[in-house]
Amino acid sequence: MSDRVAVLVGTRKGLFVLDGDADRQDWRVRGPMCDGWPIHDAIVDPKSGALYAAGGSNWYGPAVWRSDDMGETWSHSSEGLTYGDDGPKVTTVWNVTAGPDALYAGVEEAGLFRSGDGGATWEHVAGLTNHPSRPEWVPGNGGLILHSIVPHPTDTDRLWVGISAVGAFETGDGGTSWATRNKGVRADFNPENIYPDFGQCVHKLVMAADGGELLYQQNHCGVYRSADGGQQWQEITKGLPTQFGFPMAAHPRDPQTVWTIPMTEPEDGRVMIDGQAAVWRTNDGGSTWQRSGEGLPQEHAFLGVLREAMAVDRLDPVGVYFGTSTGQVYGSRDEGVTWTLIADNLPSIWSVEAALVS
Amino acid sequence: MADVHLPRSLVALFPGAPRRMEARGATVADVIADLDARVPGIRNRLLDAGPSIRTHINIFVAGERAMLSTPVPEGATVHVIPAVSGG
Repeated sequence: MSDRVAVLVGTRKGLFVLDGDADRQDWRVRGPMCDGWPIHDAIVDPKSGALYAAGGSNWYGPAVWRSDDMGETWSHSSEGLTYGDDGPKVTTVWNVTAGPDALYAGVEEAGLFRSGDGGATWEHVAGLTNHPSRPEWVPGNGGLILHSIVPHPTDTDRLWVGISAVGAFETGDGGTSWATRNKGVRADFNPENIYPDFGQCVHKLVMAADGGELLYQQNHCGVYRSADGGQQWQEITKGLPTQFGFPMAAHPRDPQTVWTIPMTEPEDGRVMIDGQAAVWRTNDGGSTWQRSGEGLPQEHAFLGVLREAMAVDRLDPVGVYFGTSTGQVYGSRDEGVTWTLIADNLPSIWSVEAALVS
Repeated sequence: MADVHLPRSLVALFPGAPRRMEARGATVADVIADLDARVPGIRNRLLDAGPSIRTHINIFVAGERAMLSTPVPEGATVHVIPAVSGG
């Protein structure tokens, strides 16, 4: 496989693919795909090479789309993507993730689905819905959605999920039983109990490249790391300009490096701080943070970046990409130090993913 | 046999599916089941849990707004019409 990068951009009006050249300098925009449906997440399955896009139509409901020719032709399915005729409606799909042995989908109203046949049919992972906390789950501003799916890289029984505004859960038995993973994470908006067992507003949960125990999360109330698979979290917000943000991305090889995009607090609009666009990076597991705005607009740039809209490629140096709610995609070829605009005037962006393709 | 008219945005999801199909069924639910037998997956696009017709989908039988239980007379025209909504 050659080392060309394709950046998948899920938008409010379809999926777009940005085909990069070998130097990640010139980008060709293809799209809109998926019939203009809102697409909340898209990936390339590294095993099969299939492109998956997750979303939902206001008219026709939720679906996961699949393309085996990098977006030239598509099929879609929602077979089994249901809680049953007596259950709540599944309105849309927010996340699609390829695990070592299966494909997973996170949906609204929050729940997890698994596909063992490449997205043709889906099976509800009922163990999560049956968790005793389920009757008390409440939505965040974006709805009651399961948005983060983090499979263990080798142990197919282990998987973490993030749900807004419920928090993180882990299964160690392939989805039959689940445990909350929120110790040490604040829920400032809960004056009765700032450290509840669940009810935290996780915005994005990611795994570092350490073999399967080191997690990071951007939360409504700060940034955190956990060295033991989420059993205990340590806050690493210090050094960032705000505690609020949506996306987070982890370095594919260095477990101490992650990127986040601090935003103004919710009551201040959830946009880039002072109208100066910047991505922040730690190279020491969150002990210190560095701001990078070089190449990004530094005045009147009140950009929004949503939880799924930042991604990294696997090249060396790593490429970092993010998309905005106003249709810009920025890319960095030097691990987030300097940035260039690689696409503009797209519809409002929900998700960005980077994949190496042949 | 009903004469079913399908919207462009729906048939586009199923390459090769026609805009107009004949389908058997005593009720709207039966007609949709018959369509699904020939265009697998089309039921999921039209119906939600319940089952119920999706919120922004309208089905008319002989010019009258229909529910899943609405009878479909022999030879009736059935229109599937997505709501005019969105932005």
